[in-house]
Amino acid sequence: MKLKAVILVGGPQKGTRFRPLSLDTPKPLFPIAGFPLVHHHIEACSKIPEISEILLIGFFQPTDAIKRFLKRERQAHNKPISYLQEYTMLGTAGCIYHFRDVIMNGEPDAFFLMFSDVFCEYPLKQMMKFKEKFMPYVMMTVEVPKDQSQHYGCAGINPTTHEVVHYIEKPDSFVSRDINAGVYLLSTEIFQNISSLFQRRLRPSVSVEEDLFKLAEQGSSIGASRISLENDLLPIMAATGKLFAYQSSNFWLNIKSAGSALYANRAILESYKTTHPERLGGLSNYRGNVFVHPTAEIDPTAVIGPDVTIGAGVIIGRGVRVKNAMVLDGAILKDHCCILHSIIGWHCVVGEWSRVEGTPTEINPNAPHATTDNFYLFDDAGRLRPSITTLGRDVTLPPEIHIRNSIVMPHKDLSRGFKNQILM
Amino acid sequence: MSPNKSFSLSNTSIGTMKALILVGGYGTRLRPLTLNVPKPLVEFGNKPIMLHQVEALVEAGVETVVLAVSYMSDILEKEMNQHAKRLGIKIVFSQEDEPLGTAGPIALAKKHLSDEKCDKPFFVLNSDVISDYPFSKLLEFHKGHGKEGTICVAKVEEPSKYGVVVYEGDTGRIHRFVEKPQEFVSNKINAGMYIFNPSIFKRMKPEPMSIEREVFPYMAEESELYCMELKDFWMDIGQPKDFLKGMCMYLTSLKKKSPEKLYKESNGVTIVGNVLVDETARIGKNCKIGPNVVLGPNVVIEDGVRIKRSTVMREATIKSHSWLESCIIGWESTVGQWARVENVTVLGQDVNVKDEIYLNGVRILPHKSISTSVPEPQIIM
Repeated sequence: MKLKAVILVGGPQKGTRFRPLSLDTPKPLFPIAGFPLVHHHIEACSKIPEISEILLIGFFQPTDAIKRFLKRERQAHNKPISYLQEYTMLGTAGCIYHFRDVIMNGEPDAFFLMFSDVFCEYPLKQMMKFKEKFMPYVMMTVEVPKDQSQHYGCAGINPTTHEVVHYIEKPDSFVSRDINAGVYLLSTEIFQNISSLFQRRLRPSVSVEEDLFKLAEQGSSIGASRISLENDLLPIMAATGKLFAYQSSNFWLNIKSAGSALYANRAILESYKTTHPERLGGLSNYRGNVFVHPTAEIDPTAVIGPDVTIGAGVIIGRGVRVKNAMVLDGAILKDHCCILHSIIGWHCVVGEWSRVEGTPTEINPNAPHATTDNFYLFDDAGRLRPSITTLGRDVTLPPEIHIRNSIVMPHKDLSRGFKNQILM
Repeated sequence: MSPNKSFSLSNTSIGTMKALILVGGYGTRLRPLTLNVPKPLVEFGNKPIMLHQVEALVEAGVETVVLAVSYMSDILEKEMNQHAKRLGIKIVFSQEDEPLGTAGPIALAKKHLSDEKCDKPFFVLNSDVISDYPFSKLLEFHKGHGKEGTICVAKVEEPSKYGVVVYEGDTGRIHRFVEKPQEFVSNKINAGMYIFNPSIFKRMKPEPMSIEREVFPYMAEESELYCMELKDFWMDIGQPKDFLKGMCMYLTSLKKKSPEKLYKESNGVTIVGNVLVDETARIGKNCKIGPNVVLGPNVVIEDGVRIKRSTVMREATIKSHSWLESCIIGWESTVGQWARVENVTVLGQDVNVKDEIYLNGVRILPHKSISTSVPEPQIIM
């Protein structure tokens, strides 16, 4: 099988729940467990020799950061990797259709389609095997608790044939616990399906009103040019006998918020024990899984971990405690401060004895693939939901203050403590 | 005064003064501290509250102190008898069988406070008040106007919480009292420190009686009640937040009168403002202590600790890198590493707070172990 990999990375208008961390760094480049988010997808793809090329599609401007990232990844994995920039929002199906020539260059039989904010074990080999029997379109699914399923695309799956007989994106009422996990293996035939859908939209026909009505009903993209895989294509493909579900029961996480990023950080650090044990630090003042960039300077009296990632050039003073947290590049943690369940942004400064803490998002261990996400920042009573504390880039905290369950925008100088606040 | 004066001599000496301290009951407002220790024995500035008062009375010439209590505590009796011996004075307990209010206990103690031989004025004070106790000045002022009673008044920020006193500024003659005024009347309140002539006993009976409502107003009408304004510090330390406020005032006063008692900066430890440290306490490296901190006997402060505006009682331990502000840490308690304790948190005896805990305005009862943060004010039983 000749394959390609396409990773949709979104753009600045997407991933807004990841703010303030995504305000000046594209979310796909946000470091999880020491490496950019999308690095983990690329690494999984690089292990498959049948994948001849990896394509990233998004609408970020190709900044220096993106270019440098791509260069590093190409060198690291020795595979062609390119970034294709969308100029207008074409929808998840529209954009792959737009770049179909690039994708079909070299005549691959199929391609993996992944979303950069989906985090899982990427069962690529297993999906390839599965596709040999079930084709032409394979969609990975996972099972989530009933009350969370309505936030995703729900699939009705025939248990014997694995066929997806019904698909609806974000239904108003409960449909199924099996949801679209955002990893596909699609035959290149799909471009014909998209093409015919596109034609139907443009060509005035007797049934155009009916089509438009159906589109309006489905709440899909505004304008004829935006075609969404989830809203427009999958519902049609379901029950045509062409779409099959690869049901995975392994680890899966949707990274929408800082809380889920921290949870993914913890999970990836744990996985390093088997995949990259050399990445985990082992000094005596570390506890549990800790990733420390080699250029970070940490005082030996500081106690770091478990579940901590320390970025490049970070300086950590005497007696500092860091637990279940990410400290991004260039941050300075002064003597005796305490960081719990938080993300400290690039170049932040935390004063002596200050305490930065959040409320860790916990996943119900009894529910399969329960997601970490609170979908709205505020509850019905108008209170900010307790979550991890996030400091944006270049935030300065004076000594001895307490920041709890708060989100602080970049470049802010605080003069006192806060709790349960969004600080602009 | 000779500390070896025999016990039996004291009550036959001519010209000795007597005093009554209204101790009252269980000290519920200072719980959890008073669950294990009778309130008069709770250490304030590393010395039992009662001892501050008794020592000041002794200095003004008092040789008999009557303690008006509503329940007998063996601990209190034993400890006060030890101090009595040491100071060469007599301590008597006067126990009420039923609650007698604020005047009844004075009447009950009549036989201890005056007799045919002794008709000197006697002091009365509330056991919760902390001050520089200008008892000699009070005696002088009282003799000066020659009337039946003198009370001390203190200027406070929030007079409506107390009973307000209206008086003639130049003589000190009291006109009237107003309980919890609805509008501003005066900012001087009854400080709970008095001196009375024995003739006052005709106004009281050993029955439930309120001195502010049933005695003082009549004395004021007859122009027999005067007041002296306290110029130095004064505080009612019956509840934790006032205890801490009083502590700050006391330390400021110490700085003025006996600065040598305060702790000086020593290697590795930064001292800010007024800090009182018992000589047996130990402080680790890189700590920053103060302003307004009291550390009791055998207290251990580990490295990198920051403490402000707090009292740490005997044998307590504060582990490294913690941060404390406005709290009272009870005897033998332990606060874990990287803890943050603030906002008038009070730990009872032998409380164990684990590492990295945050406590905000929490009262924790004795012998508790705390392993989760308490971010909002609460009582932990």
